Amino acid sequence: MPQYMLLVYEEEVEPEVQADRERITPALVELNASLRAAGLLDSVRRLHSTESATSVRVREGETEITDGPFAVTKEVLAGYYVLECADLDEAIKQAARLPMAPWATIEVRPVMPADVWLRTVRAAGVDLPDEAIDDLQ
Amino acid sequence: MSDDPVAHAFREERAIVLATLIRQVGDFQLAEDAVQDAFEAAVTVWRRDGIPANPGAWITTAARRRAIDRLRRDQSVLDRAERVAELMRLDAQHEEPATDDESAIADDRLRLIFTCCHPALEMPARVALTLRALGGLTTGEIARAFLVAEPAMGKRIVRAKRKIADAHIPYRVPDDEELPSRLRGVLRVLYLIFNEGYAAAEGDRLVRGELCDEALRLGDLLVLLMPDDAEVWGLSALMLLHDARRDARVDEAGRYVALDDQDRSRWNEDRLREGLARLDRAVRLRRPGEYQLQAAITALQMEADADWGQIAELYGALATLNPSPVVELNRAVAVGLAAEPAAGLELLAPLLDVLEDYQPLHTAHAELLSRAGDAEGAARAYERAIALTANAVEREELERRRARL
Repeated sequence: MPQYMLLVYEEEVEPEVQADRERITPALVELNASLRAAGLLDSVRRLHSTESATSVRVREGETEITDGPFAVTKEVLAGYYVLECADLDEAIKQAARLPMAPWATIEVRPVMPADVWLRTVRAAGVDLPDEAIDDLQ
Repeated sequence: MSDDPVAHAFREERAIVLATLIRQVGDFQLAEDAVQDAFEAAVTVWRRDGIPANPGAWITTAARRRAIDRLRRDQSVLDRAERVAELMRLDAQHEEPATDDESAIADDRLRLIFTCCHPALEMPARVALTLRALGGLTTGEIARAFLVAEPAMGKRIVRAKRKIADAHIPYRVPDDEELPSRLRGVLRVLYLIFNEGYAAAEGDRLVRGELCDEALRLGDLLVLLMPDDAEVWGLSALMLLHDARRDARVDEAGRYVALDDQDRSRWNEDRLREGLARLDRAVRLRRPGEYQLQAAITALQMEADADWGQIAELYGALATLNPSPVVELNRAVAVGLAAEPAAGLELLAPLLDVLEDYQPLHTAHAELLSRAGDAEGAARAYERAIALTANAVEREELERRRARL
């Protein structure tokens, strides 16, 4: 079956508004479970906010590292990797190894682990059972 | 907080304790909060019982216990149980290896420097974090020094700490492969802190002096921790040589005094001597670099009878290493002063377009034209320089020079 990547874009909002948004999570958990049951779900990941983003480029053989997400210009999203790395330094090192790094910008975003996601939702006052963690990844 | 002996002892130890605690608790923010808690406890206990023989060990222990308390209360921490257990184990040890062992302390401080100066943090955050964590400046002091509102500076620091946690910016000295470029980044942060204090164009001069002192202290720390790196010595030398002239750069009326007109008796002899000694030490490592070259140039300029030929040569080397129009301009001036002004003017000509809006270019152009006997051209160049300066004191000085033509 062909695969499709669904990219979720949203405006980053104030913490109070964000806490309110977390209330969709029970519905999300339910949806993820049904997608998995239907055999459609490959993977789902929540990212930390763009405040923790780092952009990596290789230009003239030098790795350039800048704080912040990729600024939208004429480039478009061409693909993605999910890597397991010990820390940000390793992630940057691997990003710089990509053969397209000399012309592309690689935005490195930490994935929010499912248990952190669960705790974030609970901290916003939303009640979720422990088992929900299986449908947050 | 400087006059209070309790606060003073605390400030002396704070950075060392913080560096150790970040490693032990694995969390920048938690470590800082715990050290702050420990400070509040120290104020009460130390005032009552006197400052302990080993204040560092006292604070480390107190802060670690506060961290355990905070971890126990905080539901949002993942591996809470394991981390509490690890801290309890450390707490049960009689020995306090991290504060008794000099090299362990050094390792922790070095880790902290590299974390604070990590290239994935924006530059202003690197500067603020370094001053906060290693220099022990308060957020308010840093905000005043950089003419930023305190809440904005606080937000910047909080954001940086969150990124360190969320993105897992490591708390370690980079491996050999990364070390050279990362160390250059650290030196850049230090020199930026120093220059921010030294430039003193505006803002609270006292707080800004603090920035110079802080940068010098961090320079001392780095030469202690990385004595095999020539550029570490070079930067430290450069900052000391500049700083030796700090008082002489301003006259009684608060006006800027150019190097040539400075009262040399007001130079700080100790700083000068130490700066030259460190430059010497750097050069003996035989790995030239831009800070060493700048320090060598500064040292030559400070000699009573400056050797402009040698200065021009060093600017040439600097231009090869780190090409920039400003370095080319300085080289042109040095060549003009060393030999014929015409030779300097020839080097300066191509810069007139590139640095069109750069006041020092037109001032230098005027000086060289004047030396070459072209008073009319010099007057025109001074006019351009005057039009570009926003600083009243500077304008006065330039108008004086133009009148002397």
